[in-house]
Amino acid sequence: MTNALTAKKLDLYYGDFHALKNVNLAIAPKKITALIGPSGCGKSTLLRVFNRMNELIAGVKITGEVKIFGRTMNKINLLELRKSVGMVFQRPNPFPLTIYDNVIYGLRIHGISKKDILDETAFTSLTSVGLWNDLKDRLKENALKLSGEQQQRLCIARLIALKSDILLMDEPCSALDPIATARIEELMQDLKENYTIVIVTHNMQQAARVSEECGFMLLGELVEFGNTDRIFTAPSDKRTEDYITGRYG
Amino acid sequence: MRISPAITQRLAKGVLILATISALGVLIFVIGFVLAGGFRHISWSFLTEPILDMGRGGGILPAIAGTILMVFVAIGIAAPLGIASSIYLAEYTEEGRVTQTIRFGINCLAGVPSIIFGLFGFILFVVILGFGWSIISGGFSLAAMILPTIIRTSEEALRSVPKNYRDVAASLGATRWQVVTRSVLPYALPGILTGVILGIGRSIEETAVVIFTAGSAVQMPKSLFDSARTMAVHFYILAREGISNENAYATAAILICTILIINVFAYSLMHRLMRGKS
Repeated sequence: MTNALTAKKLDLYYGDFHALKNVNLAIAPKKITALIGPSGCGKSTLLRVFNRMNELIAGVKITGEVKIFGRTMNKINLLELRKSVGMVFQRPNPFPLTIYDNVIYGLRIHGISKKDILDETAFTSLTSVGLWNDLKDRLKENALKLSGEQQQRLCIARLIALKSDILLMDEPCSALDPIATARIEELMQDLKENYTIVIVTHNMQQAARVSEECGFMLLGELVEFGNTDRIFTAPSDKRTEDYITGRYG
Repeated sequence: MRISPAITQRLAKGVLILATISALGVLIFVIGFVLAGGFRHISWSFLTEPILDMGRGGGILPAIAGTILMVFVAIGIAAPLGIASSIYLAEYTEEGRVTQTIRFGINCLAGVPSIIFGLFGFILFVVILGFGWSIISGGFSLAAMILPTIIRTSEEALRSVPKNYRDVAASLGATRWQVVTRSVLPYALPGILTGVILGIGRSIEETAVVIFTAGSAVQMPKSLFDSARTMAVHFYILAREGISNENAYATAAILICTILIINVFAYSLMHRLMRGKS
């Protein structure tokens, strides 16, 4: 099966700062892959390579080859790429619009305006993130009135509405309480049936709980990448072991 | 000797309250003075009749019309131009020497005395382009005068929109223009409107620019190429040349009321826009 994401000899510079150093990895489709490592190790930067969000920052230079389902990333139309590789941010960030308008925001951007398609999509997307039953009568309310967990679910629904294939999650639970975190993790398990999920997390327990594959990053290097259970029980690199056992980070 | 913090606190509070009261007091006194002197002479016919005998008699309808037309021309030009420039500066360029230079230029322009814009308008629009003393020349010159204010306030409004609205919209595949129109402009609108309102206010109260570029005809303007006077100019001439103190006061009172009404209207509009967004 074609890998969802591959990176070969990937280097990234912020001006003079070498933020990603010769990163090579392959992320399998319909699995949850976690990227862990201490602050500033480049895990969020790596995540943002896959939907080209780094390019919004001035002075970024990227070399190497990134492929998405076998297609070279830079040959894919940027807007199509962003549509198929969606991102969930650290803080839940619905727009200050109604719940309904938030869910179908992406569709409107991509020029879809038929009401029956929009309604249908709102229904299926909210259903798949488990919000439909709670919110079906509140679709016209402002999304900012929702709880943090509901807002984060809404942000995921926004991507599902776009029919994204890959969901990049940048510490999606760090602004949530433990119960909400557990429920978002449950949702991730449901979603991996249909989506490839890459999650960046500070929380090692979370990585161990949710992911099947895991990469450990340090100072811009991908130190180790492989099966999560193996990484957490028998890491092959001394640095990984030190991090996992809490020597630093 | 050390004064106890409780006393300095009371002292500071007293001084600050006093300062606020005197600042407000001056303002209320000025406005009250003009309104009290003016309202006695305002009547329906004063608002609807032509200017007679250079302003000694009749009403101020031509001046009201001149004001409205000139402000419309000025805002019609300055608002789209200014907002577009601010979008370019805030959303389409990266911070660098070029934008800094542009911004420096805009700040300098904002500090230029209005009489300079009057002279500029006179040379460019009245003489070189041959529009003569007219509403068009006046409106264009006023537009040049308020442009820096509109650009500056709009740019600030755009920059105050949280960055993550842009990131989220971009991550969903929005083009730069979609990001601007759907995720930035709606939230910057109250701030942008403030700039436009400030511009309207400044155009209404401006005299130097208008005298230089639109002249001071007392007739009802029939087209945008006619000379006309605004209320501010009318008031200035009446008072300056000692034509009629009563009518000068009355005009000033109407001028102040107009600006008050515009401000109240603008704030309620802004309030409504804000409420929808938060």
